[in-house]
Amino acid sequence: MEILTLLGDGMLVALQPLNLLLILIGVTVGLFIGAMPGLGSVNGVAILLPITFLVPPGSAIIFLAAIYYGAMYGGAISSITMGIPGASTAVATTFDGRPLAMMGKARLALVAAAVGSFVGGTVSNILFTGFAPLLATVALSFGPPEIFALMLLAFATFVGLGGDDIPKTIFSICFGLVLATVGFDQISGAPRLLLFEMNGFLSGISFLVLAIGVYGIGEMLWTIESTRGEITKTNADISAKGVIEDVGVSVKKGWKGISVGSFLGFFVGVLPAAGATPASLMSYAITKMLSKDPSQFGKGHVGGVAAPEAGNNSASTGSMLPMLTLGIPGSPTTAILLGGMVIWGLTPGPRLFVEQSDFVWGLIGSFYVSNFFALVVNLAFIPLFIWMLRMPFTVLAPLIFVLSIVGGYAAMQDMFDIWLILAFGFGAFFLRKFDYPLAPAVLAIVLGPIAEPTLRQSLLMSSGDPAIFFTRPISAPIIVVAIILILLPVFKMLRSKRSSTA
Amino acid sequence: MRVGEIVTAGVLALLSIYLMYKSTLNGVGYTAGSGPQGGFWPFWLAFGMLISTGFIALNWVRGTSPQSQSDEPVLDDFGIKTVAIIVGGLIGFVALVEVVSMYGAVAIFMFYYVRILGRHSWTVTLPLVLVFPVGLFFFFEGLMKISMPTGMSFTDPIFNMLYNIIY
Repeated sequence: MEILTLLGDGMLVALQPLNLLLILIGVTVGLFIGAMPGLGSVNGVAILLPITFLVPPGSAIIFLAAIYYGAMYGGAISSITMGIPGASTAVATTFDGRPLAMMGKARLALVAAAVGSFVGGTVSNILFTGFAPLLATVALSFGPPEIFALMLLAFATFVGLGGDDIPKTIFSICFGLVLATVGFDQISGAPRLLLFEMNGFLSGISFLVLAIGVYGIGEMLWTIESTRGEITKTNADISAKGVIEDVGVSVKKGWKGISVGSFLGFFVGVLPAAGATPASLMSYAITKMLSKDPSQFGKGHVGGVAAPEAGNNSASTGSMLPMLTLGIPGSPTTAILLGGMVIWGLTPGPRLFVEQSDFVWGLIGSFYVSNFFALVVNLAFIPLFIWMLRMPFTVLAPLIFVLSIVGGYAAMQDMFDIWLILAFGFGAFFLRKFDYPLAPAVLAIVLGPIAEPTLRQSLLMSSGDPAIFFTRPISAPIIVVAIILILLPVFKMLRSKRSSTA
Repeated sequence: MRVGEIVTAGVLALLSIYLMYKSTLNGVGYTAGSGPQGGFWPFWLAFGMLISTGFIALNWVRGTSPQSQSDEPVLDDFGIKTVAIIVGGLIGFVALVEVVSMYGAVAIFMFYYVRILGRHSWTVTLPLVLVFPVGLFFFFEGLMKISMPTGMSFTDPIFNMLYNIIY
């Protein structure tokens, strides 16, 4: 009861005219920043951080949280309309969002993403409100072996559940993981895999370089070549009535994905090293696993859009939890928020809830309000995003190419990366011709920097004994499930052989 | 497609071997007290890539993958022409960035694609060639505070004028 009173007071703080105005501006700015390929919530929050010194600290963090929410909603927009995941958190949204858009159902995909994000955000807010201190303790029990087991589970879901060619899927995962190791060895600090002795590789290969190359260049080339240039524009409806109807369709067809994403996303988001990207990918994979018709995933399934969006939004709120309760940021964006709080004289940690109760509950209240307004603003702008898709393809295609190049440069500000984007794009085009699944490579380059150090730390803890993953109470069940999923295709193959011989 | 499938697998196998070799330069063993060496993780992953290409080749021999059964060319005349036009345009675009600036290269690429390849009217082309790059400039330089390459010195007068508007 006390929590509800505190939450009510917090919401009243969030609904004060200044804070409400900041929330509206924040979610709108965040939506457009998130929709831009190459830019995500971390850019928006970092760039607008200095502006927040013009308002009181409570209002400032509410503004930044609103940008964070808006950007999480916005990430889906470029995934669906252009097929380019603007941020790593929106990679999984591309798998079904883009096919839906190509089928003329972009509006449904955008609405499903918005509804999934809203429900994910709301569920995570409720969990955050009720269980923040308890979950912070659970999160701390996740050490390197548990985090590595979780990463292995994420890869296993792709091997075990993907309908694609298994050797090609495994190749793709391993390739993405190797690309993630290029640059400097995180532990020894020594240069590693300087391919063809090119110094440009010293700064590593960003996830965005591969994702923009694969989706922004390679996929576009493949679309133009495979449709024989006959694609002119997608026939997407703009009516407001249709948007409302699609809300119902999204809930009806995507409820399972939304439920999985909302709960799973929050718990993965709470873990200090994980965050919204593994949350969205795992939500997608588990929803596919639970679906009665998993073969439709990747071809334009509403659940394939709603699940990752619910997952990444839920995880974004979840990642605030270790930041506020323990002072441990769960993502780059929360790291900047943490920095802002320190500058404003607030000390994140267990005492924050006691010593700065008004601030904390004002912030939590603003999560609910921001989430609601992000939904409203997002739905209001859907006609604008769909209008883009109605452009002739000979206008849309160069716009996508340009945004890929400009966005790719904006992220790292290095011309070497732009040439790499082109190289990956051309390579991806040819690999796509031979049915190599490329999404696992993108997934792997995102999760690689988490997987490798946790594996090495785990082996260091056990003096090189891999049994450590099977003897700890949390990592053991996760790793067993991962192994079962990896072996699932073999079981399926044996069963189909047996049934064909019977 | 059939030949292309095995050639691709061969190229990827060579790439895997190259990555294994590069990994060995950082050491692929286990050092007591400091854990696995820097090349340990990428070496075994590259080995996984190599094994995968072996299975891809095996599937090709057994004719179980769709590509290994297909007699279609990887790219027909239309495909070669389309890819050459677009890829050539993209390479030209990126090469021009350091000459005429990012925004200048955007304008030229948009002209190439929309007017020359798309054959759109000047009413459609001009806003995309003139207004779109300027909009990008104000978004990145003004709002996001991200500087894009400004090209060679002959572009300075234009950028000085635009920067005066922002600052």
